[in-house]
Amino acid sequence: MIDFPRMVKVAGVKKDGGVVVLSLAERFPSQPGQFAMLWLPEKGEKPYSFLSENEFGIAPVGELSRGLASLRKGDAVGVRGPYGRGFVLKGKRVLLVGGGCGVVPLAFLAKEAKKKGMAVTVITGAKTAALLSLHSSLASCASVFCCTDDGTKGRKGFVTDALKDALVLKHYDCVYACGPEKMLRLVAEICVKKNVPCQLSAERLMKCGLGICGQCDLDGLLVCRDGPVFEARDLLKKPSFGRTSLSASGKETVL
Amino acid sequence: MNPLGVSFCGSRLRNPTVLASGILGVTAAQLKRAEEGGAGAVTTKSIGPEERSGNRNPTCVALPHGLLNAMGLPSPGYEAMGEEWRQLKKMKVPVFASIYGASVDDFRRVAAYVADKKPALIELNISCPNTAEHGQAFGFEPSVAADVVEAVKEVSGRVPVSVKLTPNTHKTVAVAKACEEAGADAICAINTVSGMAINIEARKPVLSFKKGGYSGPAVKPIAVRCVYEIYEAVEIPILGVGGITTGRDAIEMMQAGASAVGIGSGVYYRGPNVFRLVCDEMREWMRGNGFASAKSLTGAAHD
Ligand SMILES: Cc1cc2nc3c(=O)[nH]c(=O)nc-3n(C[C@H](O)[C@H](O)[C@H](O)COP(=O)(O)OP(=O)(O)OC[C@H]3O[C@@H](n4cnc5c(N)ncnc54)[C@H](O)[C@@H]3O)c2cc1C
Ligand SMILES: Cc1cc2nc3c(=O)[nH]c(=O)nc-3n(C[C@H](O)[C@H](O)[C@H](O)COP(=O)(O)O)c2cc1C
Ligand code: FES
Repeated sequence: MIDFPRMVKVAGVKKDGGVVVLSLAERFPSQPGQFAMLWLPEKGEKPYSFLSENEFGIAPVGELSRGLASLRKGDAVGVRGPYGRGFVLKGKRVLLVGGGCGVVPLAFLAKEAKKKGMAVTVITGAKTAALLSLHSSLASCASVFCCTDDGTKGRKGFVTDALKDALVLKHYDCVYACGPEKMLRLVAEICVKKNVPCQLSAERLMKCGLGICGQCDLDGLLVCRDGPVFEARDLLKKPSFGRTSLSASGKETVL
Repeated sequence: MNPLGVSFCGSRLRNPTVLASGILGVTAAQLKRAEEGGAGAVTTKSIGPEERSGNRNPTCVALPHGLLNAMGLPSPGYEAMGEEWRQLKKMKVPVFASIYGASVDDFRRVAAYVADKKPALIELNISCPNTAEHGQAFGFEPSVAADVVEAVKEVSGRVPVSVKLTPNTHKTVAVAKACEEAGADAICAINTVSGMAINIEARKPVLSFKKGGYSGPAVKPIAVRCVYEIYEAVEIPILGVGGITTGRDAIEMMQAGASAVGIGSGVYYRGPNVFRLVCDEMREWMRGNGFASAKSLTGAAHD
């Protein structure tokens, strides 16, 4: 086994709402929900979900993500992966719920679901209209409902409110969600109450990505190795899910 | 009788496999997982005197024959771990508490606090190659290592004290002897081997700390040699660590002189159930080779 970053050339960079889509010159055979560790020397190395086998969607929020978002065609980025377990598509009619850059793996999933002939609905949310990401990509394979905190586009309010309504109006075989863990906990509670199967992609700070350092602990689960995608039912048994996570020192920190 | 049962510094282990420090052991929940994976005992991630985030990523990569890491001793600090200690009380297998410091006084302070929590053993990490100010410097000089052991023994009460040694010096055996003379109850060998890997396309060392500690299959011969030599030099029991991923590896380490074996990188190669797999393989080998108990393996390769 070798897990060493390979330097891969950037083939294209494009802004799309709140994320910058980075296309690489190489494909990484991967499933929606799996991630890669992206490395920029001096800036760090962190997990990013695949948007397709050769694309990532980066929200520029800190040192590394801003560095990644400001790469240009021809620059190189270190990639190791794919890692983790992705989403498993089930049934005929699926509902995808994404908050912020959580929409990245869901856009990949929506394409796969469409290929399998499933009916795909997406609820996507962001603080404001300008930060809604990957809208046209989603719209090409799903019916899309937007929510913004400030009401600048779509429904004013949270994706969880839209989810509650959606589950009343129609039957879905499975719900798939990714976003801030606080949101995910609510999504999980809503789905379990309605008895709708639900898979969630959890977020934890990662170091090794290899299942040995223990940094990504979620009450005994390793998010990098056992996840990042889990069944909602399993995560709801975990007291820290959506509430606390480990900081880089290993100290429990409130989300 | 359980053929794999061994005792180590007064603790009875259901089998000789021990989760090595720094692997998974950040939280009690992960230590529990190693227990469920079959470990005979578990070691906590090294606990330090104050909160420390460790080095920036990349902190760990896998090379063709081993892992290279420079986590940099992240720790919430000993005083911030109240809840973890409470959870650790629920463990069925013995818990070894690994500690580190930047001075003899740090070691004393952390050890005094930790001893009060009554772990099965305190392991002094004087051998981490991955920080500037902590770690292996204490393990380079026999007299310095002895000072740390003496200071800790003053405050450790009935909790046995083991010293984890670095292979990155020609004085490993002399350090082991000095620690024994200073009152150490056991030796743990080895910590990682100092190394580096460069990403040639990036023209940069791949780890942000540049250097790292090498572990996994590639370092087994180094660990076996250290344990073999230490066994000839000291009377106290040895926890043999380095490159163990199979039952045969564990048996080799015990024949070199180890009373129990630590497994770290093996968790990467074979998953958190590596302990059970290693034990199954040990049992089978022992059956086929006329060894009735794991105890009788210790030192079997010596004249
Ligand atoms: C499995 C997994 C998949 C991920 N996939 C993606 C992905 O596809 N795209 C992506 O952009 N990120 C993704 N992330 C998050 C990513 O790993 C980094 O944490 C993120 O890019 C911030 O790193 P940074 O060093 O740039 O900023 P930091 O210095 O870590 O953070 C800067 C500030 O931004 C805040 N912040 C951190 N993350 C976010 C966020 N997601 N949204 C808003 N604010 C935030 C922090 O609280 C901090 O205040 C994923 C994480 C995991 C665990
Ligand atoms: C990711 C990682 C983190 C480690 N952290 C520690 C630590 O905190 N304290 C310590 O004493 N040893 C630490 N070690 C060293 C291991 O406990 C062990 O001595 C070494 O890896 C050799 O054993 P192995 O080949 O089975 O991994 C670490 C090793 C790895 C790979
Ligand atoms: S990030 Fe190290 S175990 Fe998951």
